[in-house]
Amino acid sequence: MFAEIEQYFRTERLPHIWCPGCTNGIIVKSIVEAIQKAGLDQDKTVIVSGIGCSSRATGYLNFNTLHTTHGRALAFASGVKLANPELNVFVITGDGDCTSIGGNHFIHSARRNMDLNVILFNNNIYGMTGGQYSPMSPSGAKATTAPYGNIERPFDICNLAIAAGATYVARGNSFNTRQLTDIIYNGIANKGFSFVEAIASCPVYYGRKNKLGNAADMLKWQRDNCITKEAADRLPLEKKQGKVVTGILHHEPAPEYTTEYQKIIDKFQGGEES
Amino acid sequence: MSSVAETTQQMPIAINLSWCKACGICYALCPVKVLGPDELGKVTVIQANKCTHCKICENHCPDYAISVVGGKKS
Amino acid sequence: MNVTSINARLMQGNQACAEGAIYAGARFYAGYPITPSTEIAEVLAERLPQVGGKFIQMEDEIASMAAIVGASLTGAKSMTATSGPGFSLKQENLGYAVLSEVPCVVVDVQRLGPSTGGPTAPSQGDIMQARWGTHGDHPIIAISPSSVQECFELTVKAFNLSERFRIPVLMMLDEVIGHMRERIIIPAPGELEIVDRKKPKVAPSQYVPYEPQDDSLVPPMANFGEGYRYHVTGLLHDDTGFPSNSPAVMGEHQDRLHEKIRRGLHEIIMVEEVQTEDADVLLVAFGCMARSAARAVKEARAKGQKVGMLRLITIWPFPEEALRQLAEKVKAIIVPEMNLGQVVDVVKSAVEGKVPVYGICQADGEIIPPERILEKIEEVL
Repeated sequence: MFAEIEQYFRTERLPHIWCPGCTNGIIVKSIVEAIQKAGLDQDKTVIVSGIGCSSRATGYLNFNTLHTTHGRALAFASGVKLANPELNVFVITGDGDCTSIGGNHFIHSARRNMDLNVILFNNNIYGMTGGQYSPMSPSGAKATTAPYGNIERPFDICNLAIAAGATYVARGNSFNTRQLTDIIYNGIANKGFSFVEAIASCPVYYGRKNKLGNAADMLKWQRDNCITKEAADRLPLEKKQGKVVTGILHHEPAPEYTTEYQKIIDKFQGGEES
Repeated sequence: MSSVAETTQQMPIAINLSWCKACGICYALCPVKVLGPDELGKVTVIQANKCTHCKICENHCPDYAISVVGGKKS
Repeated sequence: MNVTSINARLMQGNQACAEGAIYAGARFYAGYPITPSTEIAEVLAERLPQVGGKFIQMEDEIASMAAIVGASLTGAKSMTATSGPGFSLKQENLGYAVLSEVPCVVVDVQRLGPSTGGPTAPSQGDIMQARWGTHGDHPIIAISPSSVQECFELTVKAFNLSERFRIPVLMMLDEVIGHMRERIIIPAPGELEIVDRKKPKVAPSQYVPYEPQDDSLVPPMANFGEGYRYHVTGLLHDDTGFPSNSPAVMGEHQDRLHEKIRRGLHEIIMVEEVQTEDADVLLVAFGCMARSAARAVKEARAKGQKVGMLRLITIWPFPEEALRQLAEKVKAIIVPEMNLGQVVDVVKSAVEGKVPVYGICQADGEIIPPERILEKIEEVL
């Protein structure tokens, strides 16, 4: 029931601006359910976003919300978290926002291991600007700026996050909402940089251009092509071809930045100048 | 304020038509065809008695326009 | 004052700026190394944790600017420092801070540009970037210290203005002032006024985050985490903070951003007049050039020439009124500046042809010496 999570929304701002069949709304609901399940104090939770379709989510969420500049959400969020580590800080970002213009902030945030919960909505396209290819558009995909097919290779952003030092990395999709909520919830429990790639569908700008059917067809694609890590681990390589592996891909706790910084402050009695 | 604007009595499914964008996900995914499109393509209940409270529609409605009433808690 | 209580030190301008920040209550710094501003980061990396504050070296200048805005929203007085190339990168999120009205202080220790330019020779070439570096129409406050003492005191002032008007304040040092060492008297605690942002007086349910509560047009500001759940965005928005593309709402938002500064001009504008009472020639100078100009005034006076100086402490908003009043009295104005003519044009525009205005403009990494100013005085007299 939406009523069970209604308190986390600015319902007077709904319906949201996303196109019919865009699954951003589903992912937002999973984030909210994970926050509820974790019992986070609504007044002590800050949600930061960048620019793009998914980043508009902050406007609908009933927390302290910070809708920032393109690609910079993680940098703003780092300022919020370090200045007040008592706050639970979430970052909502998209594939263009996070991995292209925000790529540098992304790898350094992962490396620094500040306690941030990052949810990347991957719809494989720049939707807000009308369907240009992103660093996560598959090779061969069509986009307004790749009219003959994308000749670039996409990031596996989860692998990049792991390589950059993220202590928790998971992937989910907007069909398997229970799994998505669970992996976000587990990310909240990780004290450090927690990264979740959430596969979204953009029927209007990505699906139409690439003949992927309607909104429901795109969701069914997620259902039929995502396999859990546990299942994937049991499959021979040839059967994994073309499948997207979901679930918790990496969890390796490491010292958290704000905790380590507090240790430095504590050396000076954590107080004002004597 | 309640977001569920139009709760019809005895209906297993409450629909907020003002939030529905007619994407069609709910009635395409409904395993027992409880839901279908109205003349505008928005969701409408066509066979209420078949609802199994599986909540596929509610869980996959990107617009929070559907609430399944009763059934086990998700 | 009791002599023993005087806290006199030999200090560098950048260090004084950092100590001024601590005195003002700054408890957050994010930055990226760049000469000639790096000492500010180095001093604060050491000093901030000592006073319970936070320092972070970010991955780039853009991120540093973003981080201080984020930190300020939690209530921490925040600062970053940079120099020319980095100042260019700050512009994106500087505009964000202006539009979303987040107090913060940005120090630009100017070096010779454009681009990598002449690292790290002094310059005053970022004056127009300070005014118009970020896109769109926006107000800004920029301050230029001319001594190490002022690096300290004006940094305190910069934080005060920033908190008071909810706007980023730029501290426009130059390499000379930033790296110069001279005697400074550290003000005693409580000696300088410290201003903190206005907090909302209403309950969270009644809070309209961008609704001004008085004629200042500066809305009270709640800190993140205190129960006031509001939305901050870089989109033009109404008083609730939510975006709007209504021309009326967008226009009103823009107007208020400018009007709150216009209404505060009497608090913002700072100038110093040196022997202007009977001056025939007025030097208009700022930053390190005000030191050269002060020397030129002294030597010209020794020769019997009636020369005075208007020193711009606040550069933006431009002190037009002070200048106009002096333009009524003098026969000529000379603007020595270490760029190819940025302030001189603003001076010309402000005096509206009432008096001839001459620039001494130089962008080669050298200070314009008093002799060149004296030559120009001879020429115009």
